[in-house]
Amino acid sequence: MDLFEYQGKQFFAQYGIPTSPGGVADTVDEVVAIAERVGYPAVIKAQVQVGGRGKAGGIKIANNLQEAKMYGDSILGMDIKGHLVKRVWVEHASDIEQEYYASFTLDRSAKLHLAMVSAKGGVDIEEVAATDPDAIIRYHVNPLDGITIAEARDVVARAGIDEPAIEGVSEILVKLYDAFVKGDADLVEINPLILTPDHKVHALDAKVTLDDAASFRHPEWEQYRATQEYDGREKLAKERGLNYIGLDGNVGIIANGAGLAMSTLDVVNQVGGQAANFLDLGGGADANTMTSALEVINTDHNVKSVLINIFGGITRCDLIANGIIEALSRVELKAPLVIRLDGTNAQEARKIIEPFVSDKLIIRPTMLDAARTAVSIANGGDVK
Amino acid sequence: MSIFVDSNTKVIVQGLTGGQGRFHGLRNRDYGTKVVGGVTPGKGGTDVEGIPIFDTVEEAVVATGATASFVVVPPRFAAEAVIEAAKAGIAFVVCITEFIPAQDEARMYNTLRRNYPGTRLLGPNCPGVISPGQSNIGITSGDIALAGGPVGIVSRSGTLTYQALYDLSQKGVGQTTCVGIGGDPVPGTNFIDCLAAFEADPETKAVIMIGEIGGAEEERAAEFIKEKMTKPVVAYIAGVTAPPGKKMGHAGAIISGSQGTAQAKMKALQEAGVTVAKNPTEAAELMVEIVSKLK
Repeated sequence: MDLFEYQGKQFFAQYGIPTSPGGVADTVDEVVAIAERVGYPAVIKAQVQVGGRGKAGGIKIANNLQEAKMYGDSILGMDIKGHLVKRVWVEHASDIEQEYYASFTLDRSAKLHLAMVSAKGGVDIEEVAATDPDAIIRYHVNPLDGITIAEARDVVARAGIDEPAIEGVSEILVKLYDAFVKGDADLVEINPLILTPDHKVHALDAKVTLDDAASFRHPEWEQYRATQEYDGREKLAKERGLNYIGLDGNVGIIANGAGLAMSTLDVVNQVGGQAANFLDLGGGADANTMTSALEVINTDHNVKSVLINIFGGITRCDLIANGIIEALSRVELKAPLVIRLDGTNAQEARKIIEPFVSDKLIIRPTMLDAARTAVSIANGGDVK
Repeated sequence: MSIFVDSNTKVIVQGLTGGQGRFHGLRNRDYGTKVVGGVTPGKGGTDVEGIPIFDTVEEAVVATGATASFVVVPPRFAAEAVIEAAKAGIAFVVCITEFIPAQDEARMYNTLRRNYPGTRLLGPNCPGVISPGQSNIGITSGDIALAGGPVGIVSRSGTLTYQALYDLSQKGVGQTTCVGIGGDPVPGTNFIDCLAAFEADPETKAVIMIGEIGGAEEERAAEFIKEKMTKPVVAYIAGVTAPPGKKMGHAGAIISGSQGTAQAKMKALQEAGVTVAKNPTEAAELMVEIVSKLK
């Protein structure tokens, strides 16, 4: 789960990482109230989970009450790359002497945590990595050991951080590690981490991705989850506990297992089609799971055919077949179904479906045959 | 021959008294796997269809001489269960649990690496391992595998593993061992571990490798194949059409920036001399061709 900037800052605050004084506003009145409280100049930042909000006019500095009102009004309700701005973060605009970068993630290759620190902050770090890789210091931390303040100081000094900022950045790096581990994050990133003219260091932005698998020990994440934005299809899928990602094509996909679902997308593409979604039923799917999946796909108006690709392992094909038949009685499906079933109890499954076979319910013997048929239908051609 | 497990491997099931553990543990026993015990704290002294239950792995090891463990416990207890097995001297741990928090997984992996280097972990979030006709530890349906070799399979995905097994078996080509390494970011056993074991196994004559988007393990495997492997390898990579920034089901299957794309992995494998298939069925077909030339 990706947090909004303001949530990231609240998350950082729990671990003692300093940020600018500020607050969250949903209305122009609230924008003005916060700006008056933190003092001018005040920066008003659109809270959207998409890059390039500054260029789109979603970040403005207000020097007085009138400007706070004006910018609050223009930013709230703004559309940034299809994201509606419902909320802004308002904070006192900091004087900036230097901008740095600091982050922690898990390095999958080394199987250790990875700190990245750079004196070149405030710009896209991937660009720095590409153009000036030596400007980023990478330091592996074993999760069994953690990082000490002495190690942090060494990393920070090697990154070429200015002398007056070394202690402040080092302390923040240790706290950032704490936030990363105790906060169960996949990524914590501060860009920029700034040095002010009075030689104080604090976070000006916050990028945090939380590990959904750790939700069970973080009841407080409920507040973050409540503000997550999904497209209509993804929301329904989430409610039904399905692993679904909306895409732009017109062949609906239902498969069991992430690998098979991904592979189904590829095969559809290979035979000239475009998938409308990724949908993994997961292990041990039954009639209810299948019905839910068909309901979700049915809400997607782009879908012209639905490809159901099942390889039964733990999943029993007969239960899947029952689910398909049951769904037909519960939901009025808009697109024809093309089904391929193999593995556990596949023969029984085919027997269950056979009496219902029509030009809206087609069985094909292999994954490739099924993909060809589904794509042909979606492209307005014959049932192959 | 086979890798990691054979007909003599004695296995305990951690979580045998749970719904999933019971189902798969008994299924593994029915297949012929030597399931010698189960572990559930507080239920020691009872049994599941004649399989004795112990309170701790240590007690189970002392009583049964088990050298392998099948961990089927919920995510919040899984990392501790794996470490308990390693502490008790278990040499091979298969953990199928999905959704273990990444921080727990990183600690688990590094605890094994530092303190219990003699223990190999397979998984988590994997289908397990099957040496057809000998031993099946995990959730793979035994009837889709065919004993007798000569093909080894290593895969990051569960269902694609089944697909490959099924396609090969349908065409009359058997397998020595099929290993599912799992779709998590920090797998205990990686492609290279399995490729090296297959290279060393005299009965394995060729290998199918099934990868997917995310991480750089396939690229590293390609380097290994180029430098160290003499046996032919056929590969398939899932996720050619996956969009960047979206987790495709597995926690590890995500393209970030230009990292982890299927195209980059396929290119690296091709350059290493691997035959790369467009889909899993084609991978099996290509393997059938290779095997026919071996004979």
